[in-house]
Amino acid sequence: MDIVKIAIIGIIAVILILTIKKDRPEFGIIISIVAGIIIITFILGKLAAVIKLLEMYSNKAGISNQYLIILLKITGIAYISEFAAQICRDAGESSIGSKVEIASKIIIVVVGIPIITAVLDLIISLIK
Amino acid sequence: MEIDLIFRIAAIGILVSVLNAVLKKSDREEQAMMTTLAGLIVVLMMVVKEIAKLFDAVKTMFNF
Repeated sequence: MDIVKIAIIGIIAVILILTIKKDRPEFGIIISIVAGIIIITFILGKLAAVIKLLEMYSNKAGISNQYLIILLKITGIAYISEFAAQICRDAGESSIGSKVEIASKIIIVVVGIPIITAVLDLIISLIK
Repeated sequence: MEIDLIFRIAAIGILVSVLNAVLKKSDREEQAMMTTLAGLIVVLMMVVKEIAKLFDAVKTMFNF
């Protein structure tokens, strides 16, 4: 049933954007931002259940929690940068959007360094 | 909270554009610009609060 609510919010937002975009384009972009925010805050609640499931099974499987935290952080960073980059592209500024995406890729690599070092150490130990 | 926020922003947008048209007809160009800026600032204040709330939710969700 939630999907119906989300679809309705999206359609209403698009209609309002079209009416306002002709003479006040900046309000059109603001309405699309607000519609995106409403839909995502609505869904974040559901996402919490998925994350709890992941944590439960990673504890059960004995995987150390540290890597799961890094993975969750990376998905959070990726999502926020995607959110910003898409808004920039909607407004027609695709160069700023790609800058945001490049910055987020660099941040993700920096955050993922512990995982990369762990994998490389494992490979080196196998080779020796 | 959800849908009425969109309607509020759309209403302010329509109001500003109507005011603009009226002010332009009565050749008060600078006041038209003033109302546009005022409307934009009001809407931006609302949107910034919403974005802050979203980013806080994402931060707590993905335990930054």
